[in-house]
Amino acid sequence: MTMRKLAPFAVLMLIACVLPFAVSEYRTFQFTLVLVYAIALLGLNILTGFNGQISLGHGAFYAIGAYCAAILMDKYGVPYWATLPVAGAACLLVGFLFGLPALRLEGLYLALATFALGVSLPQLLKYHHLEAWTGGVQGITITKPDAPALFAELGLPLNQDQWLYFFTLAVALAMFALGANLLRGRIGRAMMAIRDNHVAAEAMGVNNAMVKSLTFGVSAMFTGIAGALGAIAVQFVAPDSFNIFLSITLLIGIVIGGLASISGAIYGALFIQFVPNIADEISKAAPWAIFGLFLLGFIYLMPGGFAGAVRMVFTRTGMAQLRRKRQNH
Amino acid sequence: MDAFLHQVLAGLATGGIYASVALALVMIYQATHLVNFAQGELAMFSTYIAWSLINAGMPYWGAFFLTVGFSFVLGVVIERVVIRPVENSPVLAVVVVFIALLVILNSITGWIYSYTIKTFPSPFPEQPLFGNKFMSSHEIGAIGVTLVVLLLLYAFFRFTPLGLAMRAAAQNPESSRLVGIRVGWMLALGWGLAAAIGSVAGMMVAPIVFLDPNMMGGVLLYAFAAALVGGIDNPAGAVFGGFLVGVLENVLGAFVIGNELKLAVALVLIIGVLTVRPSGFFGRVHVTRV
Repeated sequence: MTMRKLAPFAVLMLIACVLPFAVSEYRTFQFTLVLVYAIALLGLNILTGFNGQISLGHGAFYAIGAYCAAILMDKYGVPYWATLPVAGAACLLVGFLFGLPALRLEGLYLALATFALGVSLPQLLKYHHLEAWTGGVQGITITKPDAPALFAELGLPLNQDQWLYFFTLAVALAMFALGANLLRGRIGRAMMAIRDNHVAAEAMGVNNAMVKSLTFGVSAMFTGIAGALGAIAVQFVAPDSFNIFLSITLLIGIVIGGLASISGAIYGALFIQFVPNIADEISKAAPWAIFGLFLLGFIYLMPGGFAGAVRMVFTRTGMAQLRRKRQNH
Repeated sequence: MDAFLHQVLAGLATGGIYASVALALVMIYQATHLVNFAQGELAMFSTYIAWSLINAGMPYWGAFFLTVGFSFVLGVVIERVVIRPVENSPVLAVVVVFIALLVILNSITGWIYSYTIKTFPSPFPEQPLFGNKFMSSHEIGAIGVTLVVLLLLYAFFRFTPLGLAMRAAAQNPESSRLVGIRVGWMLALGWGLAAAIGSVAGMMVAPIVFLDPNMMGGVLLYAFAAALVGGIDNPAGAVFGGFLVGVLENVLGAFVIGNELKLAVALVLIIGVLTVRPSGFFGRVHVTRV
C-alpha cells in the first residue's frame, strides 16, 4: 500500500474505531450490521461482479452461515467466535458443490437456478425432520456475547454492542484483506478473464471449471461468515428472515455500491442498512419501492454504482490537478 | 386409489395455472431470449386490479376481460419504457431490471392494498360439476380456461398475419426488418400478450391461494420449472410441463415428501433439468459458436 492510499485508510479506521463511543447502543448495533452486510456483499461481488456469475440466491448461504452459528451455540455450547470458521467452511463446501452443476449454466440460467434456491430455502429450513436442530418456524434464540474481561482490566469497559462491533470490525478487516489479495493475484485475474471472455481465458490456460466452482465456494464462504456474524448480532434466526428478499437485498447492495469494486461493498452495505430505516417512516412498503427505483436509476444512469461515481470524481479532479501542473511549467 | 386420483386431478388444475404462467414466460423468452423474473408480480398486480373492479360492483366476467385488456396495455408500456433501454445490455443489467420491476410491483401493491390476505371470488359454481366427487368446479373451470387460452394463442400465431409477423420477428429480427415488420413493436406486443396471459393465471389461482402481494412467489417457481421441463422455447412444451409439474408437486407432496417440501420439488426440477438436459423435453438444442 502506498502512502497516498494509506492516509485515507488510516482516517477511515480512526473514524470506525471512534464511532461506537460517539453514538447510541442501537446505532452501534446498526453499524455492526453494516459491517456484516459489507462482508456478505464482498462475497456476492466476488462471484457476480468479478467472475460474472449471477446469483439471485445468496441469501441461502447467508442463512446457512447464520444457522451454523446458531445451532453450534445453542445446541453444542460452542463459543461464538469459534462458529465463524465452521460456518465459513460449511458454506465453502456447499457453495463449491452448488457451483459444480452451476458450471453448466450461463447468465440467465444460473440466475434462475439460484433464484429457485433463494425462494425454496425458507421451506427447507422449516422442514419438520430438521426441527430438532433448526427449531422449525420458531427459529433459535441465542445470547449476545460479553466483552472479554481483559478490556475491563485495562480500564476500557466495553458493553456488549461495542464489543460485538469491534469483533465484527476485526473480522471484516481480515475478510477484506483476504478478498483484496485474492482478487489482486493470479486467481483474481483468472476470475475476471473468465467474466470478460471465457473462451479466451480457457485458451490462455485458465482452468475455467475449477476457478468458477472455487469462486462460488469462496463467495459462499464470505457470505456465510457474514451470516454467522449477523446471527450473533441479531441474536435470533428464523426461516422467514431468510426469504428471497434477503437475496434481492444483497443484489441491490452490490449494484448500488458498485459491481466489481471492493470498496463498493461498504457503500452498498451502508445503503441497504440505512435507507430502509429512513423510508420506513413513509410506509411499510416504501423501502422496497425506493430500492426498486434506485436499482432502475443506477442501472440506467450509474452502472458503476457509488464506487464508480467516487472513482470518476477522483480521476476528474486528478486530471484537473495534472493539467494545472502542466500549465505552471 | 381414490386419494391418488384426487391428487392427480387437483394437480392438473393447479398445473393449468402453472402452464399459463409458463406460457407467458415462454412468450417473452421466444421474443427476447430473456426470462422475466417479474412475470409473477405482474400477474399478481393484475389480479388486484380485478379485485378492485369486482369490489366496485362490476360483474365477474366484465372485470375479467377488462383486467386482461389492462394487463396487455401494462405489458406493452413496461416493455417500451423499462425494458427498451437495456435491450442490448449485458445479462446482469437485464436481470437487475427485472428484479427491480418485481420489487416495485410488489411494494406498490402492498402500499395500495396493504399486506392483509384477501379472498378472491371464483366465477364457477360452488357445487361440483356433474356430481363428480373428485374435482371442484373451480378446478375444472381453471383447466378449461387454460385450454381456451392455449387454443386462442395457437390460432393467433398460426392463422393471423400479426401472429406470423411476431413469430418472424422472434426468429430472425434482421430479415423481418427488411420485409417491413416493426420488430420493436412486435416485442412490445409479445410483452403485452405475456402480461395478459399472466393476468388470467393470476385470477385463476387467486381463489385457491388467496390474494396477497406475495402469492405468486411459489407459482412463479413452478412455472419456471414447467417452462424448463417442456423446453423454454416451446409453448406447447411449456403447457405440458405445467401440467406435469402440477401433478408431480401434488402427488409427491401428498404421498412422498410431505407438503412442507413442495417448493423443493421445483428447485430440484429446475437444477436437474438445467444440468442434465438444458433444452427440456421439447426444446431446441442450442449450439454456441465460438
